[in-house]
Parts: sequence; C-alpha cells; structure tokens
Amino acid sequence: MSGRVKRRIRESTNKSQRGADETPLVKWTLIGVSGLFLFVFLLLPLVNVFAQAFAGGIRAYFAALTNPDTRAAIGLTALTAAICVPVNAAFGVCAAWAVAKFEFRGKALLITLIDLPFSVSPVVAGLIYVVLFGLQGYFGSWLSDHDIRIIFAVPGIVLTTLFVTFPFVARELIPVMQATGNEQEQAAMTLGASGWQTFWRVTLPSVKWGLLYGVILCNARAMGEFGAVSVVSGHITGLTETMPIRVESLFKEYQSTASFAVASLLAVLALATLILKSWFEWRQERQFSSAQIPEPEVVDSSRPGRP
Amino acid sequence: MASKRFNALPGFGLTMGLTLTYLSVIVLIPLAGLFLRTSEMSAAEFWRAATHPRALAAYRLTFGASFIAALINAVFGTITAWVLARYSFPGKRFLDALVDFPFALPTAVAGLTLSSLFAKTGWLGRYLVPMGIEGAFSRLGIVIALTFIGLPFVVRTLQPVLEDLERETEEAAATLGAGRLRTFFTVIVPTLLPAILTGFALSFARAIGEYGSVIFIAGNKQYYSEITPLLIFVHLEEYNYAGAMAIAVVMLIASFAMLGTINLLERWASRFQL
Repeated sequence: MSGRVKRRIRESTNKSQRGADETPLVKWTLIGVSGLFLFVFLLLPLVNVFAQAFAGGIRAYFAALTNPDTRAAIGLTALTAAICVPVNAAFGVCAAWAVAKFEFRGKALLITLIDLPFSVSPVVAGLIYVVLFGLQGYFGSWLSDHDIRIIFAVPGIVLTTLFVTFPFVARELIPVMQATGNEQEQAAMTLGASGWQTFWRVTLPSVKWGLLYGVILCNARAMGEFGAVSVVSGHITGLTETMPIRVESLFKEYQSTASFAVASLLAVLALATLILKSWFEWRQERQFSSAQIPEPEVVDSSRPGRP
Repeated sequence: MASKRFNALPGFGLTMGLTLTYLSVIVLIPLAGLFLRTSEMSAAEFWRAATHPRALAAYRLTFGASFIAALINAVFGTITAWVLARYSFPGKRFLDALVDFPFALPTAVAGLTLSSLFAKTGWLGRYLVPMGIEGAFSRLGIVIALTFIGLPFVVRTLQPVLEDLERETEEAAATLGAGRLRTFFTVIVPTLLPAILTGFALSFARAIGEYGSVIFIAGNKQYYSEITPLLIFVHLEEYNYAGAMAIAVVMLIASFAMLGTINLLERWASRFQL
C-alpha cells in the first residue's frame, strides 16, 4: 500500500478520535509558530534573493548576467556539472547493481564508505586534493615538471566536485533496486536475454525515476558547491570562477546587485530541483504501487550518515 | 529474499570492480593521503598546530554555534513536523515542500541572502538592529546560517515517525483519564525522543563542517567569529600546510565520531518502529 493511501485512511479515521486531539487554540498556536519560523528562515531569504537581484531594475539585472566574467563562470559551472553528473550517475548505477542485486560480506561497510563524502566538510574535501596535487603535495613536483596544473585550475574543480557529489545517485538507487528484487531480471535471463539486454530493458525502466531523482540532486550540488571548489579554484576571474565563487567575489567587491543576479540563477536552479524532485518521487511511488512493489525507504540525500 | 541464494545475474565482478576502483581513486586514496601526510609531522608539531589558541577558539565557536543551531532546529523542527503530520490547514503542502529548500539552495546563496536580510538596511535588520540584535557580521549570524542549513534534518527525520505513530495508544491514555499534556509527555515524547535526537545529531554534524553560508554572514574576525573550516582555508592561503592538515584531521575525527553516533542513534530509533 502506498504512503498516500495509508495517509488517506488515517485521515478518515482521525475524525472520530476526539479524545486524543488538541484544543483548536493549541493547534493554531503550533501552526502559527512553525509557520512564522519557516517564513523567517526559508521564505524571506528566498524572496529576498529576487528582490535584491532586481533592485537596480531589469536592465541592471541583465547587464550583470551578460558580463563576460559572469558568463565565463556560468560556462565553467555548466562544464563541471556536464562532467561530474554523468560520471557519478554511471558509478551510481554500477554500485547499486553490485550492492542491491548480490549478497556479499562487508556490504554495510561498502555502503558506509560510499556515503563518506557527505560527512566530510567541504573545505576538507578541497584540502585533500591540495595535499595530493598542490605544489607541496605528493605529486606536486612531478606535475609542475610536466607542466600540468590541477590545483587552481579546472581539473581540480572537477575532481573536488566529483568528490562532494559522489554518493548522490548511488544512495538513491540502492534502496530502489533492492525494493524491485531480482525476480524480473532472472525471468528475463531464463527467457534468453543477455545481461545487457536485461539491464537496459528490465532493470533500467523499473528504476528510472529513482535514477533521475538522484541525478537532479547530484546536479544541484555539482552546480552549487562552494566550499570545496573555493579551496582549489584559486579564484582567477574569468578562468577558474564557478557561479557560487562568482557570487562571493562580486559580494566582496561590493557589487551587491550583480552578486544577487548570479545568486538568483542558482535560486531558480534550487526551485526547479525541488519541483522535479517531487515529481520524480511521485512517479516512482506510482510505478511501485501499480507493480505492487513495497515502497523503499525514502532517503534524504544531503544528510550525513547511512540511510 | 530467497531468490538471491540462487543468483544467476551477471555483472557482479564488473560492477564491483568499477565501484571499488572509482571509490578508491576519488574518496579513499585522497583521504588516506591527508592522514599519511599528517603522520609525517612529529607529535609535538601536530599538537602545537591542532591546539593553537586560534584553533581552540575556532573549535569552541564551531561546536558551540552548531550545538545552539541544532537545538533551535530540534525545538522548531519538532513543532513543524508535528504540524505537518497531524493537522490540515491551508498552505500545508507549500510549507511541506519549502522545508527541503535548504537542501537544494547552494550554500553561498543562503549566506548571501541571510546576511543581507539581517544587515542594518535589510528587511529584518532594519527592525532588529535598532533593538540591539545584530544578526549580520556577528556570532549570532553564524547561528542563523547554521540553523538555516540544518533545518530540514529534524523535520524529515521526525515526520515519518509521527505519521506511523499509533493513535490508539494516545486514545488509550485519554480513556484512562490522562489529559492531553500528560499524554504528550508520557506517551508521545518517549516514542519520539530517539528520532528527535537523530535529527539533532544530523543537524549538528552538518553544521560543524559548514563553510559557504557562514563566511558571508560571520564577519570572520580572528578569535571571535572565525569558524574551523575557515581557519583551514586561511592556513592554506598562507601556505601553512601543517596547520591546515592538523586542524582538518581533528575535524575529520569529529565528523567520523558523529557518523558513528548517528548510526547508533538510528539503530536505537528503529527499535521503536514496528
């Protein structure tokens, strides 16, 4: 039974349970308190982004966005996401197949290790790559002899972004693949399908909404990562600035409107991510309830620790 | 699942091999590199860098502010989860969707907009600053930013537990003559406590590593409003690798300790669910 249906049943029975309810005064006070809390901490900051971005008028807004250095930052952010999201999605599918479809010793340990990047501070994530590839790092002198730049250059930004977005797809897909089980794949194999055919025609269609869910969360983090990228970027305007770094450097130059203009694009990305996320969640739930597959436990993607 | 015992599916070697290789290259080897490099320092050198007064001030600030923010989230997050799970009212779906917003918003944007809200000329600051409440460029600002980024954890941990809570036990308490308040504290709170603590720990663990949102609002004064991740960053900019690595190792150990605590809490919490 899907969560939605369960909820509906519960709501219909609740009406007859007067003995265990709060008075309307308590109820509306609690709603008021949480409403005010969410208004101050969530809604106001969101609306403020757009109010500040358009504070200088529409023309100033578009002038800020078409600035060559800002356009370069948008381009670098798109490039970083275009590399990191497919790589981590492919890894996520591999990891989910190995973890969900097979039994082996040390599975819990492997899942913990996959989640590890969520527990590491972004600044530390940047630091570990500086320790490896920076001038004083392990490979620093070899790299500089061969004239290869990783730190304070685009490869470093891509590597740290790979690190911080590493777990997203895998941790969404593992519970979904576990919930679908192995029976359908085994039936396909018995009927003579090859391994790849089984994967493309049976497994992938049954987990596609879960996969997309992981992909958009991975993408949001890849485009929005600040701390880790900040450590390895070097902040070279026009060359190694991503959009969040550009927000910071404009803020430091007291170009508030321009800073908020770039921030508004990232806020739109966040809103689009939330909308798509709810949609994919709903599709996955519907697909599972029509196939009578028990709902997997929903996982909060950005929380540290095991699902 | 019984079918897994006779597993005929292919691809275990390939997917497992790729997973372990990629995991090692991106996560394990770089993390091990940090520990290896730090172990080259002498114990006295490490201790001096890790317990420098400036570092101690940063730890105190980071852990203190994270604790306060997690506490605020535990209180308001519990109320919010309760309201979303138990009541129906206009705008509920919107509020529910809004809770995930800090997960999706880049931290730099969060810091930028919060600091502008609480600054002297901001929508909130213009009323708060005359009252003596300096939300921007102060320690209070750090708590505000950390509350924002940790907000969803308590709500999202508690909500499913509240939705699955058997209302029969509450009714039983009511029929036995317990008032609503007594039912709340003797029946509901003990059941929710593990989940509240888990949410608190998740929010705290997220806060101690946070960098982006805080540096926009903190003002970043040495010994006063300089958080630990920022101190690592400053040491790196000064090419003080030893200082940066020693503090990073302290932070990593703290993070892993939190990870272990959270796993224990979740195991404890799952005993309360059917």
